Amino acid sequence: MADRETVLLKAADLRAQFEAAGARGVEAAILQPAETLLDLYGEDIRARAYVTTDALRGEQMLRPDFTVPVVQMHMSDGAEPARYTYSGEVFRRQEHDPDRPNEFIQVGYEVFDRADPARADAEVFALISRALGDLPITASTGDIGILMAAVQGLKTDERRKQALMRHIWRPRRFRALLERFGGQRSVSEARAALLAGTGPVETDAPLIGKRTQAEIAARIDALRADHAAPRISETELSALETLLTIRETLPFALEHLRDVAVDLPSIGPALDRLEARIGALAARGVDVDHLDFEASYGRTSMEYYDGFVFGFYRQGRPDLPPLATGGRYDALTRYLGDGAEIPAVGGILRPGLILDLQESLS
Amino acid sequence: MSLKLGVPSKGRLMDKTFAWFAKRGIDLSRTGSDREYAGRVDGIGNMTLVLLSAGEIPRELAAGRINLGVTGTDLVHEKLPLWEQQVEQIAPMGFGQADLILAVPRAWVDVDTLGDLDATAAAFRATHGHRLRIATKYHRLVRDFLIEAGVADYTLVDSQGATEGTVKNETAEAIADITSTGETLRANHLKILTDGMVLRSQATLWRSRVAACKGDDRKTLNEFLDRIAL
Repeated sequence: MADRETVLLKAADLRAQFEAAGARGVEAAILQPAETLLDLYGEDIRARAYVTTDALRGEQMLRPDFTVPVVQMHMSDGAEPARYTYSGEVFRRQEHDPDRPNEFIQVGYEVFDRADPARADAEVFALISRALGDLPITASTGDIGILMAAVQGLKTDERRKQALMRHIWRPRRFRALLERFGGQRSVSEARAALLAGTGPVETDAPLIGKRTQAEIAARIDALRADHAAPRISETELSALETLLTIRETLPFALEHLRDVAVDLPSIGPALDRLEARIGALAARGVDVDHLDFEASYGRTSMEYYDGFVFGFYRQGRPDLPPLATGGRYDALTRYLGDGAEIPAVGGILRPGLILDLQESLS
Repeated sequence: MSLKLGVPSKGRLMDKTFAWFAKRGIDLSRTGSDREYAGRVDGIGNMTLVLLSAGEIPRELAAGRINLGVTGTDLVHEKLPLWEQQVEQIAPMGFGQADLILAVPRAWVDVDTLGDLDATAAAFRATHGHRLRIATKYHRLVRDFLIEAGVADYTLVDSQGATEGTVKNETAEAIADITSTGETLRANHLKILTDGMVLRSQATLWRSRVAACKGDDRKTLNEFLDRIAL
């Protein structure tokens, strides 16, 4: 493994490349208030980040990434458009794989620009690709926005769409919900009785805790209403299924997605954005004909991305951590922006992994 | 050197452990006064008895300070990440059964499954402005279980004792705790989710993969394992 000094030199070099591309260098505190990150990621983040506390400031987290503090900084006093670069340690708990480091250097590049999202996507991807040079790597790309558009366009009620949107990043729960809304799940006897009934459900149990009788009644109403609502159609379910399994080079993937759009017309605008991105990538000199696209890419690990997503992997080793990752996170700026929002896209490189790969080749 | 066996230092767990070994011709006993945690092993040579709290035994095994140890599956899984690499399970001992389960108020007639809990957590957060709290002392096990199940909008709050009471006291909305008969749950008006079994646990004999074991100790270990197998 490359020593720390070499990694820092490499990081400085990468950061200089991004500065030369027009980015302003920024810093972020190592200790971040835990509250924001917990609100964003929920309890899951505790499995991935180190949490510490003090009596005055409460829970603090050792910075698990730079994106959140950089977005906060931009949303509070950033001029538009803006390009930022940063480098420094991030910290990740590794409870399942002792070979993965729990502290490593990241160098990032983030673009906040309303003008032309496709061009900004291509800019970030191309800059990171160029920074990786001629290493033996392969890139994976995806687009969470297409799946989101598909869900938003389902011929079903808002409550179901919201439930599905909430679990876009949790494929197992997402699938379970789809099966339920499609009428493909059997229910227990007790649940069947609850659904068939009217009025409150009898119980001899005293109500304890903070959740009120009104909340319970409201959920029972919601369950009954959902049960009575028409199922999501076979056509839509199978189109969604097809969409999720698409994995081809970009031009073929687009063609295939256009076929899916016959049954899920709501993804049309998202596909137009994908097409514009392909054009912008090609204009940047990216070999789009051989670039992989996976419709499910980024669903398990990259929670704040809601559009273009990408990662660069060592050739033949998709099991290893990616050398670089990134994506679009418009919704995150809205979430952290207190009413304001701006289209944003960015990515990070891991100089340590780049050096390790270089070393293993020589 | 001698082979070190760590067993729980008090209560029913200790008595049952002693009985389990006695049945296999290995006599464990405490020596000195009741307050002194010293013990001896008869019926097999070259072994030392180390009396410890059941909660400390996983750590001692992982550190290699004892070669063998008796403690619950729950404690090993909670306290030792990648436990398979640190300890080997020799024998489940058939007592100390306890299940780590997720439970909610019985009055929640609309909540039977993890899916219900997840939907309820979303609504609860929207209504109350904070995430649904689950009281437990098994943070790692419960978190991994809920991540795997895709449950969101909850938060774990620490509870080191009387966990079943936290719902009534409104410091939590649900609990994840060890239960053996379910009586305490019923008394506290709680019910187990149908798919809320986080882990089935029982007293188990473990071998440390880390502790040094050479020469005579190796011979003792083999003899010990032969006895256990009878």
